This record gives sequence, C-alpha cells and structure tokens, in this order.
Amino acid sequence: MTDLTRRRLITAGVAGATALAGLGAGAFLARKYGLIPPDHGGLWGAGETLNYASYKLITRHSLAREFTRSEISARPVANEIAPPSEAYLKLQAGGFADWPLTIDGLVDRPGAYSLAQIKSYPSRTQITQLACEEGWSYVAEWTGVPLSYVLDAAGVQPHAKYVVYFSIERDWWDSIDMGDALHPQTFLTYGMNGADLPVGNGGPLRMRVPRQLGYKSVKFVTRLAVTDNLKSFGKGLGSASPEGGYAWYAGI
Amino acid sequence: MADKRSAPADIRQWAEAQAASDVLPVRHSALVRITHWIVVLSFLGLLVSGVEILISHPRFYWGENGNVLTPALFQLPIPSSRVLVQTGYGYVLPDQNGWSRYLHFQTAWLLVLTGFVYLIAGFVSGHLRQHLLPRGSDASWLALWRSMAAHLRFERPSAADAWSYNLLQRVTYLIVIFALFPLMLWTGLAMSPAFTAAFPASVEWLGGRQTARTLHFFAAVSLVLFFIVHVGMVWFAGFRSRTRAMITGRTHTPLEGA
Repeated sequence: MTDLTRRRLITAGVAGATALAGLGAGAFLARKYGLIPPDHGGLWGAGETLNYASYKLITRHSLAREFTRSEISARPVANEIAPPSEAYLKLQAGGFADWPLTIDGLVDRPGAYSLAQIKSYPSRTQITQLACEEGWSYVAEWTGVPLSYVLDAAGVQPHAKYVVYFSIERDWWDSIDMGDALHPQTFLTYGMNGADLPVGNGGPLRMRVPRQLGYKSVKFVTRLAVTDNLKSFGKGLGSASPEGGYAWYAGI
Repeated sequence: MADKRSAPADIRQWAEAQAASDVLPVRHSALVRITHWIVVLSFLGLLVSGVEILISHPRFYWGENGNVLTPALFQLPIPSSRVLVQTGYGYVLPDQNGWSRYLHFQTAWLLVLTGFVYLIAGFVSGHLRQHLLPRGSDASWLALWRSMAAHLRFERPSAADAWSYNLLQRVTYLIVIFALFPLMLWTGLAMSPAFTAAFPASVEWLGGRQTARTLHFFAAVSLVLFFIVHVGMVWFAGFRSRTRAMITGRTHTPLEGA
C-alpha cells in the first residue's frame, strides 16, 4: 500500500512537472510568434488567447469570403450610433473636403493626409459581408484603398507590430496586428455600393477588417498610429472594446 | 428495457452479485464522472451566455444575410438589448454581450477539449462500445420501439437498469454526443468570419451565415430539451442515488424502484 501511494505520488509529480514545463514552453512560443492578444489578462484570458492564437495559426493566408454583385444586400443596415460630435458636423458641412487623416508612430513619413489624397491612391473594391456580433449581417460592395498601400506610402518601419486607428468620435478606437494591417482585404473605405460611404455606415472614411466582426471596422477614422507596443494606448488593452467589456479580437 | 424479465441475464447476475457484496460497486468510471460534470458546467455557461447574446437580436433568418431591414423567418416574443430591434416592448434591456461573448467562447473551448478527452479515452477504454453502442440483441427498431413504449408508460426501471444504460438511453446519448454537440460546434464556427475565411465550405454547405445561426438556435433548443428530460429521468429513477453515483462513482444497491 505504501508502495502504491509512493508510486502514485511520483507519477503525479512527474505528470505535474511535465504539464508545467509544457505550459511554460507554450507560453514562450506563443509570445515569440505573437499569438497572445493584448487583453490576455484576467478571467477570460485563457479563452481569448486560444481564440486569437488559433486565428493566427489557421487563417494566416485566408481571404474573407467574397460575394457576387447579385448577392449584395438591397439595403445595408446603418447600426445605431451616438449623435455626431460638433467636430464631425463641421467637417460634414464642408462636404468632408477637409477630412483629416493623420499617420504617426513608427513611420518614416508621419503627417496629415487628406481624404482627397487617400482617394487619389489606386482604389479597390471588395464585395464582403459585414457581420455584427449581435448576429445580423449584410453584404455590400466596399470601395477604398488597401491599408497596406497607405502604410507603404507612409513608410512603416520594420519593427512595427500594430496599427491603432481612431474615430473622430470619443472613446472609439481599435487596433490590429501587422498581419491584419497588411492583409489584402483590409481597406480604408470611402465608398459603398457605387456611391459615397453613407454617414450611418461610417462615411466618409471607415476601416474595413472583413475577417473580423463589424465592431472591428471602426467608423469615421481620422488617425492611424503605428506602434510596437499597445500599452501606451488607453488602458493598454489594445482597443476601446475591452475597456467596454468586449474582446479585442473579434474574429468569432 | 424497463422490464426486469427482459434485462439480459449477464447484467442481472452481475447486478445481483454486486448487491450481495459488501463493497459498494463502481457505477461510473472516473472519466465519465469528471467529464460529465465539466460538461454540465460548460453547458450551463454556454446556455446563459447564449441566451444573453440572443437577446441582442431575437430575430432569425434563413440564407446568407438578415437584419432589421429584412423580413425575419421568425422572431422570439421577448424584449431585446438593442434599440434597433422592434419588439413591441416599451423598454430596452441592458447590453450583456461583452462578458457573454467572453464566457461563451472560453466555455466552448473547455467543452471541446473535454469532449476530445472523453472521446479518445472512451474509445480506448471501450466505454463507448460497451456502454453506449446498443447491444447486438438490441440493435433493432422493434427493440427501440419497446424501449420507448416502456418509457412512455413510465415503467419503473429495474435493478439491472440501474447498472447499465437502456436502449433508449444509449441511442439518446449517442445522438447528443455525436450529432447535437458536433452540430452546435459546426454551426457556431460557421458564424465566425475568421473561421469561414479559412474554411468557406463550413458555412456554404449549410446555405449561409444566417442559416447557420438559426440551426445553432434549434440545436441549442434540442439540447435544452434533452437536459430537461435527462434531469427528469434522473429524478424519476432516484435523484439522490443516481446523483451520488455520478459524483462518487458508487451507490448503495438495490437502487430505488427495484
């Protein structure tokens, strides 16, 4: 009986040590390959890390589903938004001619880019689905410029890890890793279904991240910040979403 | 097989031998007990968070797209946590989607990993083959019909029944384990824009994102019905002894109703 107890104890000890070593190695590799989301702390850290790590491992080269013209939804929903701020209304009164887009952080050519400048870049379209975390969805044709083109124009430095993007509206900002930022379907969009992007859908300038849910596609974008560290933005959780109780990673 | 006479002789003998011995016999293995209670916790976590998420848009659609501007397949007559949804109620519930979504996915991971451990260990140990696959003599529609009829007559389970799953139980558990839970996982992942980017067929085979969502709801309702009937049957067969058996693995014999 003593023998059995001792054997069990040793077995349990070895199993426990192996599990700990495995976890340590896993954490090291996950950090090395950027598999850990900025909101990995706290009660939901395990689930969020598994979600984001799976995303990074499985979808590296995947494209969001694209649709045909005939599959475009008749009426794209404009989700509820807070009343526009005074700053927004002023720019709207001027037909968005002075809409600013500043780019700062780890870029060689920081500064103010205008909406006209963004529109002068070669435009691309995509017919993709916007799916809300609430459950509803629509398909629209989005016109814009790939974010990678804008980042190239600004000269992103090699050690950049994230692009943080800000709405003109308060407390509305988000970030994506460089994999998503340079993804061919990540657009700064200014058109929808052949017309200017409506205000309700984020006009005049909206980020589109079609491999993630709608809330990752921030409306009324006026600033891009390229960084290697999200700690200095807000509470350091990567976006305003975790500060409001929502996950930073929104691919599910 | 609620009828004592129809219980297989080997099980009856084994149950009687167990009853005669002083040591409490083992009814459920540690694998079954541990995974059972993890699944119970996960199921409740997924149910609560799933209901909360559903409340933000209690409308269902068929096909690829659906929203407040398109007609619904059906709408649940409940209030919503979003202003945009017309519910007929004069108020809007508080938004609970943040923690609900965190809880939903973290619990889904726990359930899926537990499910993998259960399936692999259950296959290797023979648990699935011995305890869940219908016995050779039982593998007929007639036997299934008799088992259902016995349940519908609310016949008391026999002593032998307490030591083995009856046919209807086996078939139900197999459907829950190999059809409903996999369907939940599939339809859930088919709603992920990232997962469907990597595996477009996962949503296209179903007929679209909104179809996946509606099937996710129906599969969840089926699981809730199973849960209610399951707890009801445990109550009927003897709540204390059956629950004790699922916690400690052992139970006093003979069980209630024998």
